[in-house]
Amino acid sequence: MFKILDKAKTLLLKRNISTSGRLRSEELFVHRDSKDNNPQTPFDFSEANLKRLAAVIQNYPEGAQRSALSAALDIAQRQIGWLPISAMHKIAELLSVPRMRVYEWATFYTMIKRKFRGKFNIKVCVTTPCMLRGSDCILQVVEEETCCTVGNVSKDGLFGVDIVQCQGACVNAPVVVVDDDYYEDVTIADVQNIIQCLKSGGIPQWGPLSGRFASEPISGPTTLLTPPPQPGFGIQEALLTPSCNPGNPCAPSTK
Amino acid sequence: MWSLQRMLRQPLSRALALSPSRLAPLTARKFADQVQAQPDNVELFIDDKPVSVPPGTTVLQAAAQIGVEIPRFCYHERLAVAGNCRMCLVEVEKSPKPIAACAMPVMKGMRVKTNSDLTRKAREGVMEFLLVNHPLDCPICDQGGECDLQDQSMAFGSDKSRFTDIHFSGKRAVEDKDVGPLIKTIMTRCIHCTRCIRFASEVAGVDDFGTTGRGTDMQVGTYVEKMFLSELSGNIIDLCPVGALTSKPYSFAARPWETRRIDSVDVLDPLGSNIVVATRTNEVLRILPRTNEEINEEWLSDKSRFACDGLKRQRLVTPMIADSRGNLTPVEWEEAIVAAARALRDCPPNKLLAVAGELADAESLVALKDLVNRLGSENACTEQYFPLEGAGTDLRSSYVLNTKIANVEDADFVLLIGTNVRFEAPLLNARIRKAFIHKETDIASIGPKVDLTYEYIHVGDSASIVKDFATGSSSHEALKRLESAKRPVVIIGADQLKTPEGPALLAYTQELALRLQDKLADKEWKVLNVLQRTASQVAALDIGYTPGVGKYLQDGPKVVFLLGADAGVVTREALPKDCVVIYQGHHGDAGAAIADIVLPGAAYTEKRGTFVNAEGRAQQTLPAVTPPGKAREDWKIIREFQIPRFCAAWIQRLPATRLMSSVHLVGGRPMLRLPVRGAIPAFLGTPTSILSPNYVPDCHSSFATR
Repeated sequence: MFKILDKAKTLLLKRNISTSGRLRSEELFVHRDSKDNNPQTPFDFSEANLKRLAAVIQNYPEGAQRSALSAALDIAQRQIGWLPISAMHKIAELLSVPRMRVYEWATFYTMIKRKFRGKFNIKVCVTTPCMLRGSDCILQVVEEETCCTVGNVSKDGLFGVDIVQCQGACVNAPVVVVDDDYYEDVTIADVQNIIQCLKSGGIPQWGPLSGRFASEPISGPTTLLTPPPQPGFGIQEALLTPSCNPGNPCAPSTK
Repeated sequence: MWSLQRMLRQPLSRALALSPSRLAPLTARKFADQVQAQPDNVELFIDDKPVSVPPGTTVLQAAAQIGVEIPRFCYHERLAVAGNCRMCLVEVEKSPKPIAACAMPVMKGMRVKTNSDLTRKAREGVMEFLLVNHPLDCPICDQGGECDLQDQSMAFGSDKSRFTDIHFSGKRAVEDKDVGPLIKTIMTRCIHCTRCIRFASEVAGVDDFGTTGRGTDMQVGTYVEKMFLSELSGNIIDLCPVGALTSKPYSFAARPWETRRIDSVDVLDPLGSNIVVATRTNEVLRILPRTNEEINEEWLSDKSRFACDGLKRQRLVTPMIADSRGNLTPVEWEEAIVAAARALRDCPPNKLLAVAGELADAESLVALKDLVNRLGSENACTEQYFPLEGAGTDLRSSYVLNTKIANVEDADFVLLIGTNVRFEAPLLNARIRKAFIHKETDIASIGPKVDLTYEYIHVGDSASIVKDFATGSSSHEALKRLESAKRPVVIIGADQLKTPEGPALLAYTQELALRLQDKLADKEWKVLNVLQRTASQVAALDIGYTPGVGKYLQDGPKVVFLLGADAGVVTREALPKDCVVIYQGHHGDAGAAIADIVLPGAAYTEKRGTFVNAEGRAQQTLPAVTPPGKAREDWKIIREFQIPRFCAAWIQRLPATRLMSSVHLVGGRPMLRLPVRGAIPAFLGTPTSILSPNYVPDCHSSFATR
């Protein structure tokens, strides 16, 4: 009875503040110690990375080391692919900031992975341009090929699949990102190839897979087909300064 | 080494502009004026009323000056401005958007409209957004009745709700955090004002709180499960504008409108923080801080706040006398009084010893000393030792905080000797930290290396360093800084003085302070501070008690009168076998355990008592509840001995009942009214230093307000 009334109400009252569900992060924003992620998880910066970090810290004035926080987190994540809590503690110690400030940073930015995301972290963009260009199918294929659902890691630990929002390559939609490599203009076949290649130990060539060089139109240039006119084009002769005069030997040469 | 603590330090101008109206009125401020000349005021109009304020004042503060209250959640006078709740949005003429009044500095000729349509609409909008994700659990929320969100949604919210999908499961829910046994968290109620985070990082100096995640997923917490390990942690309960952080011991205990609130003074640390005791049906439910800019600002240490549950447990509720087997047996008052009076009467004066404990009020201290003196003895002492070499306790300035708690903020160099201020006087430590952060004050410490929540120069852990400092033979950086300081402060912990090197330590500290004092241009500034450990010590020394029991115990006393002496300095082993121990106090502790006669007294929430805090400020507690069982106010109990003493023969002739009625006659005489200025009632004893002409009672203490 009440249910019917409620339904009737929702039909009648169209003034809800929110009419769509909210997209929430799958991540947990508190830490719980687990077998492979706890304060005792071994982590130490490699020699090379320590040097890198020192160079970054040097960029900031004395007393502002904390500015190197994001760089430090990135370096640590690149070293082992993800960021265990012990790494956050190490960074807090190195930059002498309270641990909480590192946690805040690490939970704010989505590119910081607070759990193991597979040897290859495959990120499928699902923002509007990619979605219009078929990212739903792409995502489905990625899941099938890697035997891994979104937010999880495949059994062999090779792949972790994530949905991401705009990666800034909308012109080349749809986009699949594997770690730092952008695979653009991908088709279902491309995705299958990429994942097969990754499985067999190779690194597929990144970039647009449609044959484009970058983000130029796929059917070739449509504008700027002729060389641009020279300086002084269309200006009446009397106004031309000597430098604009085509007869002037000092004028810039054109082909 | 550089650390983050220093990053909180702000430019001086910012620190001074922190909240000029609330923090400025003290004498302390005059030093700030010396540092920076005040620029011309800025005139602006709030609701067409002109107001003139110094530049750097925020719109919200300017509005407060003319009595216009702008609603806010995240803004707090004593914390940095966050500007994230948006509740204080106001319309400013010629501004395209409403501005956040808490973060906007005033500008010349600004016309602020705090009650325009735009402002009201902005507030309603903010309120609506806050309430969308706030649970509607006011009926089971402990904050109900004193909730900023409740009050402000009544005052500034929309009159109708657009939230119709109550069955939609999309309302935000956040998991609760476990931050220890004192603070209960219901994080779904959190509105992300970040006051607790700012308090933890700025005032408490424990950077454990923060926000994790972002957007809808943002939550306030500690990320890892962690106790909020601060001695000031309870203050975040008061700071929380909603019911996200509530008191765990007080949970589901009472509604604020049911409680009776009595202004009182805390006695659990030497600072005498001002408190409000909330009671219901003769039970202390909770203790809250009461603003006193010169002592505790508006904070309260956890010990003072949460110790009130102890007032219900292990209380002495009836007079007791040890029977033949040594077991304490409940008796009537007259029996106990007569037994105690006989013991006192039969005791040779030089074998009588009175020991005052750490929670004794000045009235009972005077009454006890008076009693002992009339019995011909001078043996009245306190548990806490203080060296009597040199001037001893003759001069008041040698055993109090001369700088005064509030003025510590203005110090430019603080030297701590043998004291962990963080635990001995948490709110003094909060002051030092405030000075460290906002005023560029530097701190050095001689003593064990401890975490004081701010950076300090650790000079060493040896008493000889103080000697080197006093004689000037040390080449340590801290001494140079101290000598060049314009307003140096030296704080020595009283606990250090009971060690064998105590007298020398005190003497050298005094010498050092004197040497620094002589060099100061500002003759008003006081350098030497002794931080006592207990609430009763300063009053006891004022009254003329001898600090420390050592000497008297060696004399083998026949009768020992313990006035709440529970620190364990008087033990059965140290007393002769036949010694009669009379214990008067409110808790069954070390003192009652060794007693032959127990006289139940009243705790600080149950009596009107004067306490003199570590800086020598006399303040009065007020009775919030009645003492449990047969317990009585302390000075009245002691007063009863005076009658039997005057007519020793009379006791033996009169039947006990008759005696009791005469005692009651005296005890019930209309002499309970204390004079307003905190003096001790004249009948209680001869004038002592607390009544001396030099003694200036404090008009800011609770006397003036009552």
